[in-house]
Amino acid sequence: MNTKAANSGSGQTQSGRPARLSLADWMPKIVMAPTVLVTLVCIYGYMIWTAVLSFTGSRMLPSYNFVGFEQYERLFNNDRWMVALTNLGIFGGLFIAICLFLGVILAIFLDQKIRAEGAIRTIYLYPMAISFIVTGTAWKWLLNPTNGLEKMMIDFGFVNFKFDWLINPDMVVYCLVIAAVWQASGFVMALFLAGLRGVDGDLIKAAHLDGASTFTTYRRIILPSLKPVFFSALVVLSHIAIKSFDLVAALTNGGPGYASDLPANFMYTYTFTRSQIGLGSASAMVMLGCVLAILVPYLYSELRGKRHE
Amino acid sequence: MKKIAFGLTTVALSLAAATAQAGEVEVLHWWTSGGEAAAINVLKEQMVEADHTWKDFAVAGGGGESAMTVLKSRAISGNPPSAAQIKGPTIQEWGDLGFLTNLDDVAKAGEWDVILPQVISDVMKYDGHYVAAPVNVHRVNWMWANPEVFRKSGASIPTSWEQFIVEAKKIKAAGFTPLAHGGQNWQDATLFEAIALSKGARFYSSAFIGLSDTALRSQDMIDVFDTFKQMREFVDPGFSGRDWNIATSMVINGDAAMQIMGDWAKGEFTAAGKKAGVDYVCYPAPGTSGAFTFNIDSLAMFKVEGKDKQAAQKDLARLILEPKFQETFNLNKGSIPVRLNMPRDKFDTCAHASMDSFLASSTTGDLVPSMAHGMAVNSMVQGAIFDVVTNFFNDESMTSEEAVDKLARAVKASM
Repeated sequence: MNTKAANSGSGQTQSGRPARLSLADWMPKIVMAPTVLVTLVCIYGYMIWTAVLSFTGSRMLPSYNFVGFEQYERLFNNDRWMVALTNLGIFGGLFIAICLFLGVILAIFLDQKIRAEGAIRTIYLYPMAISFIVTGTAWKWLLNPTNGLEKMMIDFGFVNFKFDWLINPDMVVYCLVIAAVWQASGFVMALFLAGLRGVDGDLIKAAHLDGASTFTTYRRIILPSLKPVFFSALVVLSHIAIKSFDLVAALTNGGPGYASDLPANFMYTYTFTRSQIGLGSASAMVMLGCVLAILVPYLYSELRGKRHE
Repeated sequence: MKKIAFGLTTVALSLAAATAQAGEVEVLHWWTSGGEAAAINVLKEQMVEADHTWKDFAVAGGGGESAMTVLKSRAISGNPPSAAQIKGPTIQEWGDLGFLTNLDDVAKAGEWDVILPQVISDVMKYDGHYVAAPVNVHRVNWMWANPEVFRKSGASIPTSWEQFIVEAKKIKAAGFTPLAHGGQNWQDATLFEAIALSKGARFYSSAFIGLSDTALRSQDMIDVFDTFKQMREFVDPGFSGRDWNIATSMVINGDAAMQIMGDWAKGEFTAAGKKAGVDYVCYPAPGTSGAFTFNIDSLAMFKVEGKDKQAAQKDLARLILEPKFQETFNLNKGSIPVRLNMPRDKFDTCAHASMDSFLASSTTGDLVPSMAHGMAVNSMVQGAIFDVVTNFFNDESMTSEEAVDKLARAVKASM
């Protein structure tokens, strides 16, 4: 945008220099103004509105009778919210860790200059193209004890085979992890594979000349140089974990009971189906806090890195 | 040139005249399963016969939660549909916010005050004015049973929850699922309130309408939770998250023996070509034969712009209460008409039993609103009860005493 505006400005400078120049000066600002305005209103404006609502006693529709921190107090006394937060901890932690681990392993294996790499890469990345709703529904059928995996194994003759995590309140959150890992590890692999390809070939050759084994080369040279990739993957995965909603909605709908609720589902239920907009907004603000807790240190390290260069 | 213009104007005027009468109604509802969809189609056909356009706005989801979400966003943005399936205390909430239109002239012309029982017309009024038209009365405390399964397993139909447990064990031993159930919170609550109702309508009312702390913490309530927990062993392992109509089809197919569900389940039996009293039987839920938990569906009318739309909306309200629609709709839906003195001959034995029980219980005080279906309490309290009930049903380690304490605290916190 910028260059275009500048070009058209310089092309017209021969006639009426001062007026055209000022237009050229203003052009970038005029072009950018709608974007800035939309961002300010639709992103930050609504964030602030949600924050305001979280301090009101809003129920079915927004109202502005301020009640201080009462909604937050109610939120943290709410059993269901604590379940959702705990689940986010378990789900987020396992999901990020397993995805990173699998992603790195898959990327290293794929990096061995094998045949048909393009095809295999596409196959691994494919789950990412499917929406979480589809993933959730498919895994719901697979994990259903009466017509999924368990039934298949029993039909094969393993009569005592039992796999009922989907209906077990203590284990159901791990079902979410399975489905989410299946979906996202291919994406992490793609990120790392791109990173691996970016590593300087001479460096690896030098290491080999020095007598380093492939394992040592990866451990000491290649993987450490992939730190930025690692951080990008971490940030993307933690966002997926915190905002996760559709997977739960399709796979378990929060059940059994509300054992597999995540904060986003809690927010939706209370804000939109239980007429508790105030309480829902408070939970949304806590989620925003979680995102900021990850984003701010990341941005800080990024910006500091730039300054050193 | 002038002639063409004149001609065009005439065409335009005649078109305008034709459409002034025929308006459009947009109806938001969640009648999407087989029997339900057939039932609402009756109204659609009648509106089309009256030269109006019917814009269907169906949002799937048994409990109507998704439909309500859509409705709220439409209402806030100032573009509500002409009519929406709203019921019970929620009508009052919408009335408070000033979204509903006054139907008094239609009601007066149709003598709604005469043809409707008091308990129904009270729910349809906000501030003394009609704002909604009732379409049916559902009895929620029904038990649907497959007699074939009972015969094969040598069990008999239970009339109390103690007996239910005895018979269910026999059925389970014979290799059938005793209780067809879907593990969604409102279905858990439907089963739960049926058990609570067996403790008497007075206990039910003080717990779920009065929300009295003593009733919620009473020994009776602990017993209710105890019985409720025992139901857990009579459902099949795949029950989690199942839709109610899938559970009904288990009874239809002979995989399961019984289902505790409102009489909309009958619509599924009818749609599957089954006959009441032969292929399936209906009984009041164990221990609740004298009582009646009602769930009244209604279409609340929103304020809309435009004379033609308003006219169509009034026609819709008028048609809903007319005997023809009441009969066909309720035959399809499985419920009973809201009008008194309707001809009964087309209805089956289950509907007759329901009509008798409705009239009888209204005089004895055993006619109570259903908590699980949003007739007794507002959505906040209902949600709080749902959470405790459904969590208890799925959590093997929670005791009934803990559940009762949680229930009382959750209800208090949501008020």
